[in-house]
Amino acid sequence: MSAGTRNTRFGWVFAAPALLVIGIFFLLPIAAGLVLSLVNFDIYSIGDPSTIRFIGPRHYAALFRDPAFGQALRNTLLFVVVGLPLTLLPALGAALLVNARLTRFPSLFRTVFFAPVVTTLVAVAVVWRALYHPRFGLINHALAFVHLRPIDWLGDPRWALPAIILLASWKNFGYDMVILVAALKNMNPEVFEAARIDGASSFRQFFHITLPLLRPALLFVAFITAVGYFQLFAEPYVMTLGGPLNSTLSVALMMYREGFRWWNLGYAAAIAVVLFAIILAVSLAGYALQRRREL
Amino acid sequence: MRKAAFAAFVGATAWIAASCTARRSTPTLTVWALGREGEVLPELISDFERAHAPLKVVVQQIPWTAAHEKLLTAYVGESMPDLMEIGNTWVPEFAAIRALRPLDREAASSKALAPGDFFPGAWDTNVVEGRLYGIPWYVDTRVLFYRTDLLARAGVAGPPRTWTEWIAALRKLKAAAPPGGFAILLPTDEWAQPIILGMQLRSGLLRDDGRYGDFGAAPFRRAFGFYIDLFRDGFAPAVSNVQIANVYDQFARGDFAMYITGPWNLGEFRRRLPPALASRWTTAPLPGPEDGEAVSIAGGASLAVSASTKHPAEAWQLVEFLSRAAIQSRFHDLTGDLPARVDAWRTPALARDPEARAFWDQLHRVRPLPKVPECEHIARKVAEYAEMAIRGKMTTGAALAALDRDTDRILEKRRDLLARRKARP
Repeated sequence: MSAGTRNTRFGWVFAAPALLVIGIFFLLPIAAGLVLSLVNFDIYSIGDPSTIRFIGPRHYAALFRDPAFGQALRNTLLFVVVGLPLTLLPALGAALLVNARLTRFPSLFRTVFFAPVVTTLVAVAVVWRALYHPRFGLINHALAFVHLRPIDWLGDPRWALPAIILLASWKNFGYDMVILVAALKNMNPEVFEAARIDGASSFRQFFHITLPLLRPALLFVAFITAVGYFQLFAEPYVMTLGGPLNSTLSVALMMYREGFRWWNLGYAAAIAVVLFAIILAVSLAGYALQRRREL
Repeated sequence: MRKAAFAAFVGATAWIAASCTARRSTPTLTVWALGREGEVLPELISDFERAHAPLKVVVQQIPWTAAHEKLLTAYVGESMPDLMEIGNTWVPEFAAIRALRPLDREAASSKALAPGDFFPGAWDTNVVEGRLYGIPWYVDTRVLFYRTDLLARAGVAGPPRTWTEWIAALRKLKAAAPPGGFAILLPTDEWAQPIILGMQLRSGLLRDDGRYGDFGAAPFRRAFGFYIDLFRDGFAPAVSNVQIANVYDQFARGDFAMYITGPWNLGEFRRRLPPALASRWTTAPLPGPEDGEAVSIAGGASLAVSASTKHPAEAWQLVEFLSRAAIQSRFHDLTGDLPARVDAWRTPALARDPEARAFWDQLHRVRPLPKVPECEHIARKVAEYAEMAIRGKMTTGAALAALDRDTDRILEKRRDLLARRKARP
């Protein structure tokens, strides 16, 4: 036996506990979810397991004909596509401001911007529901001040999702900001000094030094945020329960509803598998993008 | 070292085993009660515990919003309580999964209670396919809450009794309402209102023994149209509960003069409305169509014994205890819940309560939801499609067709099981 294979074998032995844990708590549930999505497990099956039947991909066929699922998919994609830049740009702006040398009390602002992240969503929801109130809400008062008509934020199917996006961006940008601040702090000040001596404007410094150096951190937060946003659940759950007219129904919320409200576990598992596939595809695409840029 | 650890392990195991046997020697009855009922139950049953020593009753309080999931999970995990409070629309579902113990024998031989002691509609919700699975604990239905001063100001003589009178009253109320005000509040995400209107025209909601939806048929179609028109004619605002910041404020301000809601709001209205308004609102039974019945929905909660209990006799004794008229009226004093037992209504607290009278009247005319396990899911679909029609996203015809289609899909497994049961001799 060569030293190489022996090392490999020891490697496996050392990795075994971790692999075992991943296998039991990660791979096994995924496999179980896949199997579950192919049987008609529902409320009757709890009382009498003999009613379970293998039905193949029928749940998937039903899923893509279900108008509620189409709506949930569209809502989730819209939430990610609109919500991601609306979270990243404020995060970047806040990070630059907090990190700017002219800013006084940077740690105070850092705390203020980070506070929404650590606040319980249920408490946040109470406040935002008051802000969004069609007649007494602060936001509509502000609109009236600039002579705009009041908006029924959570009640109008056209505005409910934008309202949720706004809330989620406000709640989450602080987390991204903290990571970006850390990345900014790690930058070598000499690079900026050199640029200044060469006469680069702060505008050019930002686009030619800060942004390129920030790219790994930006990609990371974009990734984390996007994956989190695909699993949109808590915000509509506490604010609108998916309504009005399913305009804030997300894929994860629909999965919860089908699975734990109506106990259609088979159908819910099919939704979970589709969501998993989407997130996997997006992650792989992002990973490939990053790799190509690095080469 | 290793020996010591082993000894400790053996010791611990022995101790756990011993405490398990010790526990078995004093029988304990676990009871799950929901929300406010869970808070007051320990107080209510202290006499029972004294009379049945050494039996111990452990009450666990479960929030209403999580109760359904928790009970199902407990059933799957084989950790059901001995006795539980369940919403009476859940009875068919828990009966279908065989989580409940049939109580026919106990009820037939009981000296403490008889079916005739309860509101018939409430008793009936606990009977699934001819078997009794629960005893009504408290009852709940929907009636009309209204502002007497606003009706008088609009020139409406009294609460409407028929649909025609109702529409006439709504028209006058709407004309007299302040700008931005409405005649009636019907939150669009509630299924009870459209379903009650259907029941009033004698729609069964489902057909063929709960195999298919029956929403496209004439009775429900007419009721649904009537309901949608309440919004299209501007009598009711198209708002759902999440949009209503404070229904009590808006009722006090006169934003709407009528509101269809349940008994829990008796207490809330008294607590939350300003004192000046105390004598300016009351309740009335629901109006009904001329060619139908002025019925409402049978709601409430029941006491059910789990199929797996080791103390069925004790659990039943507690059910009997909680069904005593005296305990029921004390229960009403503590919670405001309306007693399921008819003679508990003779106590002064209820007999002299003017706002409770409408409930008393209405409770003699209530209908249950179809007794299929999927009934709540289907009821939610009714609200979903009603909302579509109210907001003009669908015509009433298209909404009803979609409702029937979704209902048929939800009932697919039920049809399967019924067909298979028939095939088996």
